[in-house]
Amino acid sequence: MAETVKNLAMAKAINESLRRALETDPKVLIMGEDVGKLGGVFRVTDGLQKDFGESRVIDTPLAESGIVGTAIGLALRGYRPVVEIQFDGFVFPAYDQIVTQLAKMHARSLGKVKLPVVVRIPYGGGIGAVEHHSESPEALFAHVAGLKVVSPSNASDAYWMMQQAIQSDDPVIYFEPKRRYWDKAEVSTEAIPGPLHKASVVRDGTDLTLAAYGPMVKLCQEVADAAAEEGKSLEVLDLRSVSPLDFDTIQASVEKTRRLVVVHEAPVFFGSGAEIAARITERCFYHLEAPVLRVGGYHAPYPPARLEEEYLPGLDRVLDAVDRALAY
Amino acid sequence: MTVESTAARTPRRSAGSKAGTAGAKAAGTTGTKRTTRTTAKKGTAAQQGADPELVQLLTPEGERVKNADYDQYVDGVTPEELRGLYRDMVLTRRFDAEATALQRQGELGLWASLLGQEAAQIGSGRALRDDDYVFPTYREHGVAWCRGVDPTNLLGMFRGVNNGGWDPNSNNFQLYTIVIGSQTLHATGYAMGIAKDGADSAVIAYFGDGASSQGDVAESFTFSAVYNAPVVFFCQNNQWAISEPTEKQTRVPLYQRAQGFGFPGVRVDGNDVLACLAVTKWALERARAGEGPTLVEAYTYRMGAHTTSDDPTRYRHDDERAAWEAKDPILRLRRYLETSNHANEGFFAELEAESEALGKRVREAVRAMPDPDHFAIFENAYADGHALVDEERAQFAAYQASFADVEGGH
Repeated sequence: MAETVKNLAMAKAINESLRRALETDPKVLIMGEDVGKLGGVFRVTDGLQKDFGESRVIDTPLAESGIVGTAIGLALRGYRPVVEIQFDGFVFPAYDQIVTQLAKMHARSLGKVKLPVVVRIPYGGGIGAVEHHSESPEALFAHVAGLKVVSPSNASDAYWMMQQAIQSDDPVIYFEPKRRYWDKAEVSTEAIPGPLHKASVVRDGTDLTLAAYGPMVKLCQEVADAAAEEGKSLEVLDLRSVSPLDFDTIQASVEKTRRLVVVHEAPVFFGSGAEIAARITERCFYHLEAPVLRVGGYHAPYPPARLEEEYLPGLDRVLDAVDRALAY
Repeated sequence: MTVESTAARTPRRSAGSKAGTAGAKAAGTTGTKRTTRTTAKKGTAAQQGADPELVQLLTPEGERVKNADYDQYVDGVTPEELRGLYRDMVLTRRFDAEATALQRQGELGLWASLLGQEAAQIGSGRALRDDDYVFPTYREHGVAWCRGVDPTNLLGMFRGVNNGGWDPNSNNFQLYTIVIGSQTLHATGYAMGIAKDGADSAVIAYFGDGASSQGDVAESFTFSAVYNAPVVFFCQNNQWAISEPTEKQTRVPLYQRAQGFGFPGVRVDGNDVLACLAVTKWALERARAGEGPTLVEAYTYRMGAHTTSDDPTRYRHDDERAAWEAKDPILRLRRYLETSNHANEGFFAELEAESEALGKRVREAVRAMPDPDHFAIFENAYADGHALVDEERAQFAAYQASFADVEGGH
């Protein structure tokens, strides 16, 4: 590789990561709808079929269960398929294969069989899309033992977390925050990445911890900037992994700040924030000065695009939760 | 309950006048000698409405009938191999009967009997090469037998000590799949991998008439056709999906569905082990030659209940079963072996002894099967580990240890 540090949009970073995986491991395959000539509807697989051929970058029939089900068979044969589900709302035909087969086969074989399958899902809203194109179903996967669930927030993590997801011998659901696809960041292709399931502290603070992943990390950083102007010092965690969750990093932060607000686009009810709140309450009961608060979507179908600004967590809604937590 | 005995020793009570008359006709076994392949090229609309025909090489009476298309696939079968097929069927039935008995005795939580489907499973199973790969449902005990999977391994999940437990790669026999039809996609993906590897192995996916309604089965037909995957779809149409007859699954004979996906489908007499062997060999040869998938519909009958939890008297009549008993797969091969002098009394006596010994071994193995260690709950949830699993395992250990303290204090 000529350059080792590049300024890349997240979509391009994932593309380069996939390219690297295809180059270094002949068993890696890309599968999905329109991933070939078109390069995917978000162009994440742009140019890969041209360079690696139709046998490794595979345009599939429009059948999500078939995509994941055949990927399982290919993994049993020794391949490492990286499958693309075109949009979050389209994963559900494959949900049966993911939950009943992909997640359980390793355990059912008493460890004899490994299923290194990565399921890429562009997710989340904020792009003014039509129905079924803006959802955040990560909790539905985190609830299933046997799956790992991750979501990068920036181009560098997107690059390295994809490398690690492909190398993982467990199935990984890799949620790509589509509204951040075009955000650029420096990506070092020779960095030594931290563990895939470790959260990172992206901003130090003392008064309250904001925990987020994927598309909401950038928002939380903006919230922290705004709060700083009011003299409040917020710590921001990029959780990066939803299953497993890095509770140690959250706990360490909350023991310092004593207040926690969790932010995600997914509905709050039974969302990952609920699990974080419960566990952090157990771990940090005597440190907490306020209940753990959550900011997220409502228990209503994802609204039409003209309403999504009201549905999704924004700067003011998160700041409001920060104020409420600090008021205790 | 003659059919639940270990082997077909004598013609059954129902094998006389009913055979070849109403019962057989209703089931479509008319002894036709014409091939019934439909291919994308050969298939015509006229076939849709016609009475389905099926490939048969041995009549229920044990008469060998000629078949211009399929004889070539079994011409080389020696008398010894014929006896082997018979032995496979008898021992499989014996094992199956033992498992049913073990469930009744409380040693197994559940058993899904293959009674009546021995020919479909042994015929197709013996058509395979070692390097081929099998994707079964939960009823392929006869295929497992052909693959060399120890029958006692099949019982772990029915006893509740594991959810599968054998190494799929040691016999190229994937774990049983309970979610109906899911495995047809895995089989297709595996076959796509074989093609990518440039190997000439093939894959066989088993499923039933009920599963034929599942979207996954339709998607596996689409994927395998589009990618020309070397896979044989082997549908055992045993007439019943628990309580639902095949008419509740389809308006066309199942084998004809292949035509719409662009590959051949054929119906075979699923109670005729030679025909199942021949048709499966033909389909596997197509796969190896790069000609893509084939659908084989083995027309057979589930002689027993869906599982030991089922009560078929609520939805079907005894006379239907009696008609199928006359077409018993083991009985007809025995008749053929006897009339062609391919087996003597000594062979049958020895087999009976072997059969009893197998039953005893299975019985003893199941009773000796230990309950798993409590910590097996957490084992192999993940290949690379998971922080939450580690945490919960530690909590579980502490909880268990708390009882040890109490007991120690007494």
